[in-house]
Amino acid sequence: MKQFQYIRPATQQNVLDAITKPGTKIIAGGTNLVDLMKRGVTAPDKLVDINHLPLKSITPSKTGLLIGALALNSVVSENTLVLQKQPLLSMALKAGASPQLRNMATVGGNMMQRTRCSYFYDTTMPCNKREPGTGCGALEGYNRMHAIFGTSPQCIAVHPSDMCVGLAALDAVVVIAGKKGDRRIPFTEFHRLPGDHPETDNHLAPGELIVGVEIPDNNFSQHSYYLKVRDRQSYAFALVSVAAALDISGGVIRNARLAMGGVAHKPWRLFDAEKSLIGKPATEASFKHAAQIAMQGAKAYEYNAFKLKMAPGTITEALKHAAGLA
Amino acid sequence: MEKITLDKGAPEGLSRVDGRMKVTGRAKYSAEYKVAGVTYGVLAGSTITSGSIKTIDTKKAENAPGVLAVITYLNAPKIPGYQTETPAAKGALKIFYDDKIFFNGQPVALVIADTFERALFAASLVKVTYNATTFQTNLKSNLSTGVSPHNGPDYLRGSGDAYKNAPVKVEQEYLIPTEVHNPMELHAIIASWDADDKVSVYDKTQGIKSTQRSIAQAFKLPQENVHVMSPFVGGAFGAALRTWPHEIAAVLAAKVVKKPVKLVLSRADMFTSVGYRPHTWQKIGLGATADGKLTGITHEASGQTSVYEDFTEGVVNISQLMYACPNVNTKYRLVSLNVNTPTPMRGPGEATGAFALESAMDELSYALNIDPIELRMRNYAETDPQTGKPYSSKFLNDAYKIGADAIGWSKRNAKPGTVKENGWLAGYGMAAGMFGAYRGSATVVARLLADGTLHIETAVTDIGPGTGTAMTTIASEVMGISSDKVNFKLGDSTMPPSPTQGGSSVTATVGSAVSDACTQLKEKLKELNGNSESASAGYAQILQQHNLPQLEVTVTSKGGPELGKYAMYSWSVHFMKVLVHPVTGVVKIQQGLSVADAGHIVSPKTARSQMIGGSIMGAGMALMEEAVIDHRYGRLMNNNFADYHVPVQADIPQIEALFVNKPDPYLNPMGAKGMGEIATIGVAAALANAVYNATGKRVRDLPITPDKLV
Ligand SMILES: Cc1cc2nc3c(=O)[nH]c(=O)nc-3n(C[C@H](O)[C@H](O)[C@H](O)COP(=O)(O)OP(=O)(O)OC[C@H]3O[C@@H](n4cnc5c(N)ncnc54)[C@H](O)[C@@H]3O)c2cc1C
Repeated sequence: MKQFQYIRPATQQNVLDAITKPGTKIIAGGTNLVDLMKRGVTAPDKLVDINHLPLKSITPSKTGLLIGALALNSVVSENTLVLQKQPLLSMALKAGASPQLRNMATVGGNMMQRTRCSYFYDTTMPCNKREPGTGCGALEGYNRMHAIFGTSPQCIAVHPSDMCVGLAALDAVVVIAGKKGDRRIPFTEFHRLPGDHPETDNHLAPGELIVGVEIPDNNFSQHSYYLKVRDRQSYAFALVSVAAALDISGGVIRNARLAMGGVAHKPWRLFDAEKSLIGKPATEASFKHAAQIAMQGAKAYEYNAFKLKMAPGTITEALKHAAGLA
Repeated sequence: MEKITLDKGAPEGLSRVDGRMKVTGRAKYSAEYKVAGVTYGVLAGSTITSGSIKTIDTKKAENAPGVLAVITYLNAPKIPGYQTETPAAKGALKIFYDDKIFFNGQPVALVIADTFERALFAASLVKVTYNATTFQTNLKSNLSTGVSPHNGPDYLRGSGDAYKNAPVKVEQEYLIPTEVHNPMELHAIIASWDADDKVSVYDKTQGIKSTQRSIAQAFKLPQENVHVMSPFVGGAFGAALRTWPHEIAAVLAAKVVKKPVKLVLSRADMFTSVGYRPHTWQKIGLGATADGKLTGITHEASGQTSVYEDFTEGVVNISQLMYACPNVNTKYRLVSLNVNTPTPMRGPGEATGAFALESAMDELSYALNIDPIELRMRNYAETDPQTGKPYSSKFLNDAYKIGADAIGWSKRNAKPGTVKENGWLAGYGMAAGMFGAYRGSATVVARLLADGTLHIETAVTDIGPGTGTAMTTIASEVMGISSDKVNFKLGDSTMPPSPTQGGSSVTATVGSAVSDACTQLKEKLKELNGNSESASAGYAQILQQHNLPQLEVTVTSKGGPELGKYAMYSWSVHFMKVLVHPVTGVVKIQQGLSVADAGHIVSPKTARSQMIGGSIMGAGMALMEEAVIDHRYGRLMNNNFADYHVPVQADIPQIEALFVNKPDPYLNPMGAKGMGEIATIGVAAALANAVYNATGKRVRDLPITPDKLV
């Protein structure tokens, strides 16, 4: 690990001043950043600790729920308002990592966590995300955990977060502060696809700070489910995961939200599949049909072809759980 | 000694004598000793898989803050023990010996600095260039290069490939991936030279005496000049059975910097430095009559080894030994690849072989439409099928019955894929295991003090099974004194010699010495007491009467000619109930049960833990463990605990261990047989068989991850 400087600016404004310089990195829980530094994947000159900033609160707003960027994953998952209004988020959080990690991990850090692709982590391997122009080790390598949607010849990595799949489904909005002023980005547009620039994970501009996420109120709390398929019962990244939220009345689906994890470079929102559900009866047949639509355009590689079968099955299963049919 | 009764299922008996020390952090492991003036070593590994080192630039590393030395093959002092071996001979990896690279991750430099962090940083500054050559790391594509190992010809009993002519037959291939021991405690050593020809090490090892011999041999020292201390070992499972290159490197480095050196392997190092269960391909042919009598077993296996050293294990032996079958032929091949050398891992050979044989037996049971337990009973070996010798003891048939009753085997629906519970497919599976019951030689010194306390010492280690607890129990029972009067000490080479802890032999071997020593003490007490047996309460008084501060015996104990007369084995049978999700392919173990015929159970609580631990290890083997290499680069892709999965609490439900608990009359005075290996052997097959019963899908390449079941 390279030697680095560590600072703890007093205010949010001081943080914004400090992070403008290249080579500077924000540190929150450190559960991802420190690993990457140890492996030599990233080597910042300066760490800017933000843990003391007043960005931990979970507060209802007029239209929804505002969650601070420094709220801990464990705290959010147990919060009464979250459990009442957005149980899907709690389920997604609890499916991630381990209790120890969730006790350190923050909402902002979770959004910014980087892919777990082995080629990204191993500095002796080619990886366009880590070192643009070196090639993609996974494309013809060990790509069991990799993407089936939105890949590019440059990168087939997935975004590893569970929380983000929940937030993408729930139409959350990312609240950002920067020296040029504050802005808001819809969660589904926060992360990006690799395209020709896999080194860029998302649309947060250099020098910007995530201050929180806002989740609009909805009618999904009775019919939500997060289903994660993984190699062991806990403490493993998703092979595929599905966030499903339904608004059902009289057996008919009024509204639906669906997003998938473990299948793309970003939380994969399934807009077309959602649309197909609206006005349909909440039955397995409707769910299977939606799952079929969701899989359009999927493309597998040598070791992840199983996802073409596992993903639609998991969508159907998650919807059944959300609807109370399983 | 405290009796803690938290676990309702636990049997009566002594709780771990060192349990409180372990859970309160007072038990010190090798890396935890405070040694004055200690320095820190960090290894740098090769980034190529085969070839040689072209250049090494250590300047930057040497100039980094706090660095005392950077050792490479260019500047390493010659290790005398390496020089005497013929250079061309295959053998253990010689660290910093020459420029040759045999596998990815092979150590090429050792940085010593005043802090760990500085050593770690400086290690990243060592720049190495290589002449890379072509390499092979893929077992499956190199099966044809397998050679017969030196340990004997192919085995044949009766006629070969007899299964092919049988009315009912099964012929299948099975694959296990590389599985890494990954004990929680990282391998660690602190080496200090006390004089030019005297060295002390705190070292994670399973063999105090073997480590002492290896270091003495490498540095050409009198054996007694090497002091090895290893009072606590945080799991090893075979990974600390031999002295590895990093241990030699640490001793060498301490000589170079003239200061104590601590070297702790990283988790990534653990994948390339201390062995693993080798990736192995197997093929089984089973033939039977329509009423389920085996007429032929053919078992072929090819396991991987390194290019510089042969590692063989008894993968196919179980097929020669398990069932009464007139015709058996086996074949075992080694495929040399650019990987580090494997090493025995819990249930070495047999765990691999049993996965194939016991899966195939299950397949045969379906082909015959005979219950799998019934099939095994119809082929029950009453005498050793390999030698014809009688068994010293065998109660496997009892174990089948005990287990079948306890798990409710009769509830099993033989037809696969038919039972659903809350939307999950449910299934039962079982499989058997066996492993040789060994007894070696051990010496203990036992001292009875005038205060009535008994102190016993021997240079054995306790890698987790509860050796101290078992020895305390034996001593307390033989002497008739309470266990809190017994103080059993281990883990130091200045103590009398004991064997390496491995092969499920320590309780039988060291326990016999403890038992014999206590018997001798009792005899001496009897003599002193005018040839009349004294109640244990009177021991102290007898010593006091004779003005003796202590009574001491040193006893060496080993088996006699009876060991050759009988076939000696421990046996196990494992039952599993699984739930498999029909859509996601997720497998959940719902219930586990293992029954062991391990002779008399000396220490019921630790024996139970041993069986449960072994079952969990088998569950890891069956369901998730797999070290993956990208064969284009020869590098491991998952050498960390996020990506290499071992079972977590959530994966493990109630697992119960039951014992036949009938003494073996011949192996040793306690009537005990080993159980460390049989705890794991067969578990993987039991799970694969349960998954088949649940789903109708037969997975023959481990691990059984969800992708293989969707
Ligand atoms: C072994 C392991 C298993 C895991 N398993 C899972 C899993 O199954 N599912 C899952 O979802 N996650 C998993 N995780 C990932 C975990 O959720 C993340 O590491 C965690 O959420 C990161 O949060 P943090 O606060 O520790 O971030 P840090 O490590 O502190 O930071 C991560 C990144 O975010 C940036 N950052 C942090 N806060 C802000 C901010 N407010 N504004 C702008 N940038 C910011 C940092 O600069 C850094 O680049 C796992 C992690 C580990 C180590």
